[in-house]
Amino acid sequence: MDWVFLSELAINGALTGLLYSLFAIGLVLIYKASSVPNLAQGGLTMVGAYVVLALSHDAGLPLWLAIPLAAVIMFGLGFGIERVALRRLAGRPVVMILMLTLGLDIFLRGTTLAIWGGTSRSVDLGVSYEPLFLGDIFISRIHLVGAGVALALFVAFMLFFRTRTGIKLRAIADDYMASWSVGISVERGVGLSWALASVVAVAAGVIWGEVQGVDQALSLLLLKGLTVAVLGGLDSILGAVIAGIILGVVENVGADFLDPLVGGGSRELIVAAVLILTVMIRPHGLFGRHDIERV
Amino acid sequence: MFYRLSGVHHANYVSDSRIFKVPADRNLAVFIFLIGLAAPFIIPSLYLNSYMLPWLIWTAAALGLNLVTGWAGQLHLGYAAVMAVGAYSAIHAARFGVPWEFALIIGGLTSSVIGSLFAFAALRVKGLYLALTTLAMQFVMDWVLTHSPAISGGSHASLQSPTLAFLGQDITSDTGFYYVAFGWCVLVTIFMLNLKRTGLGRALVAVREKDFAAAILGVNSFYYKILAFATSSFIAGVSGALLVATFFFLAAPEQFSVTVSIQVLAMVIVGGLGSVIGSYFGVALILLVPGLVNGLVVTVSEGLGMQINVETLAHIPNAVYGALIVIILLIEPLGLGKLYGNIRDYLMVWPFDQFKK
Repeated sequence: MDWVFLSELAINGALTGLLYSLFAIGLVLIYKASSVPNLAQGGLTMVGAYVVLALSHDAGLPLWLAIPLAAVIMFGLGFGIERVALRRLAGRPVVMILMLTLGLDIFLRGTTLAIWGGTSRSVDLGVSYEPLFLGDIFISRIHLVGAGVALALFVAFMLFFRTRTGIKLRAIADDYMASWSVGISVERGVGLSWALASVVAVAAGVIWGEVQGVDQALSLLLLKGLTVAVLGGLDSILGAVIAGIILGVVENVGADFLDPLVGGGSRELIVAAVLILTVMIRPHGLFGRHDIERV
Repeated sequence: MFYRLSGVHHANYVSDSRIFKVPADRNLAVFIFLIGLAAPFIIPSLYLNSYMLPWLIWTAAALGLNLVTGWAGQLHLGYAAVMAVGAYSAIHAARFGVPWEFALIIGGLTSSVIGSLFAFAALRVKGLYLALTTLAMQFVMDWVLTHSPAISGGSHASLQSPTLAFLGQDITSDTGFYYVAFGWCVLVTIFMLNLKRTGLGRALVAVREKDFAAAILGVNSFYYKILAFATSSFIAGVSGALLVATFFFLAAPEQFSVTVSIQVLAMVIVGGLGSVIGSYFGVALILLVPGLVNGLVVTVSEGLGMQINVETLAHIPNAVYGALIVIILLIEPLGLGKLYGNIRDYLMVWPFDQFKK
């Protein structure tokens, strides 16, 4: 057994996993505030990446201006989606809300591609593709940057949930009705969570766009993002980060063992297996809240 | 006055539990059935084959999903995988020399067995988590299909379907294919219409509303969940096999990918959960409207003398398809079936309800 190779796989897996967390944080934010599974996060991520591209390449803005501007635009889009679509279905059975977000995902993907076309483009963040050597271990720089962004967002959200607005969001997550009765605007809180998730989608879109190019494959992250979110517990941001690392390592190391056995392409299988096992063994995930159902 | 409620008085349970309680409804159904029978002689064969036939088979498939999602209330995002199981096993059986009648049944039964595996997820979790598990199972099935040469012939291969034959008669004409699809769709429809009149249907509805409460009332929710999954998988398997045998002629893993699962679920939800007529509308809307809108866009842009990018045109149907789902859900979360029901109920008493006011 080659330990250097194995640790290289594990470290790079962990970094990739943190990129999944970046995506999953968006899912968790919305689920936390409104118990809505946001299957449109893949579409949002794609829109985020394309808006950054449109601002930086087509309009010629520098990246340091384009990314915050895209974040502002997406903040508005997130608010808009909640206001127009999700609010009207509040309190409906989960199957309809699920379908609504799936429809939104298809719509966002179709519209983005209809406007900007499907050819893969790169964001050009200016991160060099030169690998970084840590002793004998080879690490991709862009993954390192992405992992840093994910951790920074995690810390930012931890701090945010201690502010006044953040506490309101936590109250909404805890009990819809109770927060209503003490005068918290639940609608605005849920809208805010969508807006924040859309901003996270910009970050995820830019980093993933740099890693694999901006095209419709961005929306395929959904299964991995969902797996991370479920494994960590759908309402725990800390869970999303830790589960991301776990999934990344398991996927990277497991694929190395399984690929020769089954003839390649076992990554998706591992991700799906992790999702099924999590739901079967511990549906509320590692750090999620265990809901009690009453008849 | 489209409906006549006058003179319709149910004096006993038998008459009250008829499929069509209002004679006008029954007459309409018979009329539509006759149109369906006569369709090959009325509709040009291009439209018959490229619109009517997929519409009917997808409707049968959507009704099967409606059974498990609309009646039993179990979310299912892996329906296309179950269809694939049926399609592949039926075609392999037919290629092996089994007559098509039995090949279809073999396909349906294999689907039932595999589809019941999904039910074991349903016994542990429900709602969102069930949706995610079935989604993951769909990915597993896709993976198995593309990676096992024995089933699909490898990742980019497709499997040729042998000539369809029933009772020794080869079916090769468009009309023949249409009647096969029509017959299967009518069978499934009759089954679904009768379902709500049976104890099975009522038990499924009880499980949907609250499985714990159903269990307290003595409905074995474990048994009915598995039964719902097995029955719907049977319908899925036969529909998948017929889809390949009469429409695609080739089976390839991409025909049953996760996007197809989402599409069937969209058909069911846009049509209306638990609504038979709604499934017909839902399938028509999801299957046909995006293409029609694209045609419209092309005509309008040509009329205005605008040039639209080919790539843009290629993605417009997708955008329209997504938008349709969102819009219908926002207008009426219970779907087109509910909209139809509202109009029907209004016309039932029109114009006489005006006099009451």
